[in-house]
Amino acid sequence: MRYLPLTDPDRDAMLRVIGAPNIDALFVDVPEDAQLTGPIRDLPDHMPEMLVERHFSDLARKNRAAANHPFFLGCGAYRHHVPASVDHLIQRGEFLTAYTPYQPEIAQGTLQMLFEFQTQVARLLGCDVANASMYDGSTACWEAIGMAARVTKRKRAILSSGLHPHYVSVAQTMAKFTGDVLDIATPELVAETDEARLLAAIDSETSCVVVQYPDILGRIADLSEVAAKAHEHGALLVAVVTEPVALGACRSPGEMGADIVVGEGQSLGVGLQFGGPYVGLFACKEKFVRQMPGRLCGETVDAEGKRGFVLTLSTREQHIRREKATSNICTNSGLCALAFSIHMTLLGEKGLRELAAVNHANACVAAERLTQIPGVELVTPTFFNEFTLKLPKEARPVVRAMADKGVLGGVSLGRLYPDGGGIENGLVVAVTETVSAEDIETFAATLTEALGAEALA
Amino acid sequence: MGANDSSDGTPATTTGNRALMLEEALIFEIGGSDTCGVDLSPVPAHTSRLGDLSRSRPIGLPGLSEPETVRHYTRLSRQNYGIDLGFFPLGSCTMKHNPRLNEKVARMKGFADIHPLAPISTVQGALAVIHQLAHWLVTLTGMDSVAMSPKAGAHGELCGVLAIRAALEARGDAREVILVPESAHGTNPATAAFAGYRVESIPARDGRVDTDALIAKLGPNVAGVMITNPNTCGLFERDLKIIADAVHAAGGFVYCDGANFNAIVGRVRPGDLGVDAMHINLHKTFSTPHGGGGPGSGPVVFSAALSPFAPLPFVEKDGDDYHLVEEETAQDHHASSFGRMVAFHGQMGMFTRALSYIMSHGADGLRQVSGDAVLNANYILRSLENTLDAPFAGSGPCMHEALFSDDGMAEGFSTLDIAKGLIDEGFHPMTVYFPLVVHGAMLVEPTETESKAGIDQFITALRSVAERAKAGDASLKSAPHFAPRRRLDETLAARKPVLVWKEPELAVAAE
Repeated sequence: MRYLPLTDPDRDAMLRVIGAPNIDALFVDVPEDAQLTGPIRDLPDHMPEMLVERHFSDLARKNRAAANHPFFLGCGAYRHHVPASVDHLIQRGEFLTAYTPYQPEIAQGTLQMLFEFQTQVARLLGCDVANASMYDGSTACWEAIGMAARVTKRKRAILSSGLHPHYVSVAQTMAKFTGDVLDIATPELVAETDEARLLAAIDSETSCVVVQYPDILGRIADLSEVAAKAHEHGALLVAVVTEPVALGACRSPGEMGADIVVGEGQSLGVGLQFGGPYVGLFACKEKFVRQMPGRLCGETVDAEGKRGFVLTLSTREQHIRREKATSNICTNSGLCALAFSIHMTLLGEKGLRELAAVNHANACVAAERLTQIPGVELVTPTFFNEFTLKLPKEARPVVRAMADKGVLGGVSLGRLYPDGGGIENGLVVAVTETVSAEDIETFAATLTEALGAEALA
Repeated sequence: MGANDSSDGTPATTTGNRALMLEEALIFEIGGSDTCGVDLSPVPAHTSRLGDLSRSRPIGLPGLSEPETVRHYTRLSRQNYGIDLGFFPLGSCTMKHNPRLNEKVARMKGFADIHPLAPISTVQGALAVIHQLAHWLVTLTGMDSVAMSPKAGAHGELCGVLAIRAALEARGDAREVILVPESAHGTNPATAAFAGYRVESIPARDGRVDTDALIAKLGPNVAGVMITNPNTCGLFERDLKIIADAVHAAGGFVYCDGANFNAIVGRVRPGDLGVDAMHINLHKTFSTPHGGGGPGSGPVVFSAALSPFAPLPFVEKDGDDYHLVEEETAQDHHASSFGRMVAFHGQMGMFTRALSYIMSHGADGLRQVSGDAVLNANYILRSLENTLDAPFAGSGPCMHEALFSDDGMAEGFSTLDIAKGLIDEGFHPMTVYFPLVVHGAMLVEPTETESKAGIDQFITALRSVAERAKAGDASLKSAPHFAPRRRLDETLAARKPVLVWKEPELAVAAE
């Protein structure tokens, strides 16, 4: 077998050293009736590389890759162009096949990269410090709610209705078990943001207010007032960013007063990958750092006084604190964080701002064009690169009809909300730098046709 | 940076570099706010919709051109030890070879470039991958179902414990305690606490759970037990079936930490031992790359008793078509699901890699995998038991890893010195100071992808380093000497945390 270096003579020599007659004899501690005597039935035997590759090629062909179609899907996962050098660099074996940097003297590559990543993330989100990454945006969001409860010693969080429904779902699932109370500010989505309701809901019981920016419909709203009201009552503002590219064009949540800013970093470097692996971003004000979950990398010196980096403040973590840890989280999303960081380094300040400008402009052009279709209305007056349309027909079948024509034309709110989310016939459309003027035209024509065909049906 | 004081007696260099070992500054020290390594399309004419939220302040992100970027990260990478470079025997981490076929497959456009919310008709091949991998995992473990979405091992633990809690609540049985052996991974008690349980510790006896002590603790308030098998001492828990029967009789459930599944894959099915839930680390047993600390993937297999409570989403097959059960369809079936653990569907990029690996080995190859992994570990144990203290060497064969202790070292010498000495010999050290039940523990897991010659080299090196520690060789105290950095001051890092880069003048001003 190509992945197994031992030969039969090797095995025999080793068994002689051990003093065992064969390999099966090493499993003497397994109760006899639980030992399988041969390969498990119903499972195929080993395959040559060529045939495995063919199996996957056949399956891959049954999926429609975004690159081959006019593509407008977002809602927490965005298609951006990733420079070729990113994927080349993350495949270097020293990054790809290393592990958690437990031995810092021979893991300075990973550690310095994490230190750079933490700084990039903190600056982008407008915070003092950031951790070395979380699993993804949704788990980072839940961890932020838990952290706010630890900081304020209160267990009542208020969630904005603009928060991604999967993020809400994750938080609700976890809260069922932890005893946290989650108030959803507005039972259902409406065209206006729920800022007024959030402000009205904050009181002395509130641990935090959780607001997404830009939100699930693509709207952007100033967070300053919510932040001020939260602070007035001793609560924290948690901001959730699922499209970090937006922060190249928009004010950061940190500068508007958010105490904890979490997000999904998939837009930069990582790619779509059908939803994972992604990279959770987690940043906060310096004074809360010891309540932070996850890994942190810090600067220090070595025995010769040279600068170096180590994992630090690990007394917060499970392997030291066991049941008293700030989180049960034991890993980060190292390789995705590396991809994020490399992409961010290639862009730099100038590139990120330009990228954001192109995204925003393309989205504005698309919104302009699509709202020329009779019966199609724009629900979201302000947005970055994603907006919501109200269609004259139920959106879900329209999306399916467009997919049959080779156009991936947005996400219907019905896909995300069992009850449609409160905005009838809502369609969320994301427009990044990967969209061409021709794509927008194709989309408009296909949508027009799908709406017409629907009318005839 | 700067002058090189070359305490090892070699001449200093002006740059601080040493031939192929190049120092590399931070991007904040070499990048510029006007430098960019990406060319973008021009911005089309448009009317802005940002309202009054346009960014006015600079972000402070340095940029590098493409050649500088490639060089920066290539230089950084060379300061890392990885499996591609050499032996990486971290106990409990299963650092096996990462086949490049897996990388190729995961990067096929049809998998890498598809959106999690794309219409189901356009992602049938991706759902097929998830469904096929699920079939393998369920069959290999002899369990009833699998939840694919957990993002890592600890996340999988949480998934399993939440299912236990949901099952108990469904029958109106509020229990408060989870039993966790003292030799468990720290994640186990953290997970149980996170899920709202009180943790009670079970002592170990000769490297295994004390069965009598565990059974004595069972009662109407015990929700279940979290047990690692093979365990963190590298031993198989012989009594797991007896324990499981007792736990079930007391109305509780058995969670198995599957971190060490590599030792038994293809030979033992946890389902046959009475396990109700177990996470499988795809990045350990099934070779998806560890990536410098994630991303992992931790699907959880469930017994029939817990299956109804498993989290969303599910992939189901109906004739030739695959469906995805999410919130909007879950009300009809899977009504008892405890909810959702992540946005979207889990670590797809890891599913393709793991399935590619599993199909490459097949059922016959996986049985050889566990056999060779256990053979390699026992070979190391028996080759070194006369050099290093091996606390459980007398209790028969070990499984996937060999456990040693620092007993017998000279005064002032410890496991840490042995680890740092191994770095100079060109090996990544083993896991140190874990499990906590053994003083100065050293946990060596060779995996099945090491050759006999490579293992022999490691044995020779470890033996020589151990002899130096026994003899009190002072040069070992200052190891490593040849790594990119000498020993790093971890105390300073924790006492005065510097977690982000600041402009030097600002850093000074802040003090």
